[in-house]
Amino acid sequence: MSTMTTITSPTGTRLAELRAQGRAALVGYLPVGFPDVPRSIEAVLTMVDAGVDVVEVGVPYTDPVMDGPVIQRAAEAALAAGTHVRDVLGLVEAVAEHSGGRVPALVMSYWNPVLRYGVDAFARDLAVAGGAGLITPDLIPDEAREWIAASDAHGLDRVFLVAPSSTPERLRLTARASRGFVYAASTMGVTGARGKVGERAEKLVADTRAAGAEHVCVGLGVSTGPQAAEVGRFADGVIVGSALVKTLLDDAPWADRLDALGRLTGELADGVRHARTTTPEAAS
Amino acid sequence: MPSSEPVSEALSQTLAHQVLGRLADQSGPYFGEFGGRYVPEALIAALDELETEYRKALGDPSFRDELARLHREYTGRPSPLTEVPRFAEHVGGAPGAVRIFLKREDLNHTGSHKINNVLGQALLVRRMGKTRVIAETGAGQHGVATATAAALLGLECVVYMGEEDTRRQALNVARMRLLGAEVVPVTIGTRTLKDAINEALRDWVTNVETTHYLLGTVTGPHPFPEMVREFHRIIGEEAREQMLERVGRLPDVVAACVGGGSNALGIFNAFLDEESVALYGFEAGGEGIESGRHAARFSGGAPGVLHGARSYLLQDADGQTLPSHSVSAGLDYPSVGPAHAWLHDLGRATYEPVTDVEAMEAFRLLCRTEGIIPAIESAHALAGALRVGRSAVAEGRTDQVILVNLSGRGDKDVATAATWFGLIDDAAQGEGDQ
Repeated sequence: MSTMTTITSPTGTRLAELRAQGRAALVGYLPVGFPDVPRSIEAVLTMVDAGVDVVEVGVPYTDPVMDGPVIQRAAEAALAAGTHVRDVLGLVEAVAEHSGGRVPALVMSYWNPVLRYGVDAFARDLAVAGGAGLITPDLIPDEAREWIAASDAHGLDRVFLVAPSSTPERLRLTARASRGFVYAASTMGVTGARGKVGERAEKLVADTRAAGAEHVCVGLGVSTGPQAAEVGRFADGVIVGSALVKTLLDDAPWADRLDALGRLTGELADGVRHARTTTPEAAS
Repeated sequence: MPSSEPVSEALSQTLAHQVLGRLADQSGPYFGEFGGRYVPEALIAALDELETEYRKALGDPSFRDELARLHREYTGRPSPLTEVPRFAEHVGGAPGAVRIFLKREDLNHTGSHKINNVLGQALLVRRMGKTRVIAETGAGQHGVATATAAALLGLECVVYMGEEDTRRQALNVARMRLLGAEVVPVTIGTRTLKDAINEALRDWVTNVETTHYLLGTVTGPHPFPEMVREFHRIIGEEAREQMLERVGRLPDVVAACVGGGSNALGIFNAFLDEESVALYGFEAGGEGIESGRHAARFSGGAPGVLHGARSYLLQDADGQTLPSHSVSAGLDYPSVGPAHAWLHDLGRATYEPVTDVEAMEAFRLLCRTEGIIPAIESAHALAGALRVGRSAVAEGRTDQVILVNLSGRGDKDVATAATWFGLIDDAAQGEGDQ
């Protein structure tokens, strides 16, 4: 019988290793099925080879209310290409094999596809595929009883979100319910590149740690190496989505798009590696 | 301010609160296994603030008086109850065997029941000190009502509307703009109501500190399903009083159309705890359930989560939302308010589909027999009432009283009806007298 305290978090373990090395993790997001399932696997493995520390694979969904235009377009295309929820399991498996288990693969899904699959069945199949856990953008801990039980039963990470608007009480509730890390949404808003990552991000990370979170990663708005370096100074991980997806939304030949994806991933990976050895001025 | 008595005893009851154990006073976040808050964490603080302010307002006489004054002096409440004997004749049976009464929400300012909820929420916005409201709209009724209230109270207003709907309802777009609202066409997804709600939610997540999302029906995250019902319960409370005055008893049947379900819940609510009253909700059957082109969540859907609430939902095997279809834009939505899902599973209310064809027949019949042009949404309730009346006659009943919520007027639907019945190109032929 597993309990929260005896489960070793796959993602938490990796974040702790990187912390010991004095740096933040780069968490890279891509949706499964864009532009189709085989090429989305190629793209994610390209990202792994170029230096992401943790992979976040999105399940395309018809009504992605937390996503900006870039990820919406990719999800729409993935669905039009006939992507199914189960395809995410194959991608997760590919990451586990390719990286020899070194790179944890988290799935990001809106709640209804998981609910429809069956919460326990999804947890079971994700664990069998070698997945690390699940990020749930529209599921708050208050509604997550079934998922908390299933993730405990199958030893999976569960990543809930906090926002600048979260009260101290909600930060505590969310920190307690999460395993792996807490996802701090840096600004109020949806996914997408921003010129400036909110100053509120640093305070939110500090407040979330004070509320009991072991690891806090920051998402929303990071698109460049210098931004990754800036966020990497204070967060355990820097989550990048839209900027990576955008390299693939191009009209260029597929090989060129993969190159662009690899280059940006490399730049972001450099950013997190040098975050704590350069001054904030140099990084911004 | 002048001492204003509430419009009616009904309104006091409308705003009186929470008696344990009555279906009519069920409070959120859950209605049985439905409802909840399936939204990003970023919205939780705003939803908590809204709930607190709404509960405080319900207990505040100055809020109640202000809303009552607006209902009376601005909306034109109470809305009348009209008996429609020439329409009811079409049920068949002995004369007077089935009597049909319409609750005339179509006569409200802006042309539908939507104004009840909009005024209540707009007053809350002012209390919360927010300056901007956003709304979604399908046919444009809720958008027009919201733009109206925003003009009245001096609020900035942005209305999201699927690009497809802005084309179908170009006149309502102009109405909203006349009232000073910005109308934003939504160009992603199916480009209809569902996508307008997605876009409104994205705006809200981004601007939640200054902005209130003035949601137009009994769906969405808690406290919307409960709060919107509270602002519409005046429909049923008035109708109940009017029925007692007019016929000396409660109706046997209450019928309403169900898109998100706000007009239905508004009129059902006063009768939920009266076992003698049968409640019928009529969904858009579109081109028929077997065609797959419909918005009948109870006949063709399954429980799932969309836009913040767990309810019945049109979805595929992967949990992706399926597009809905109806001749009436106001019923063209793939999910339904969680309280209806709860009443459905409890067996307290019966939900049946009405096809486009049946609705348009009832639409024409009401025009011809009573001189009332209903909204096509409401025509679904009229068609349903005819169906229920006919089975009552078939069972040999001789004293049936049916109350129908005529939730809106059909001015906005004239173009659709003209096309449907061929009234413009073939005016001289086709449309002969019956």
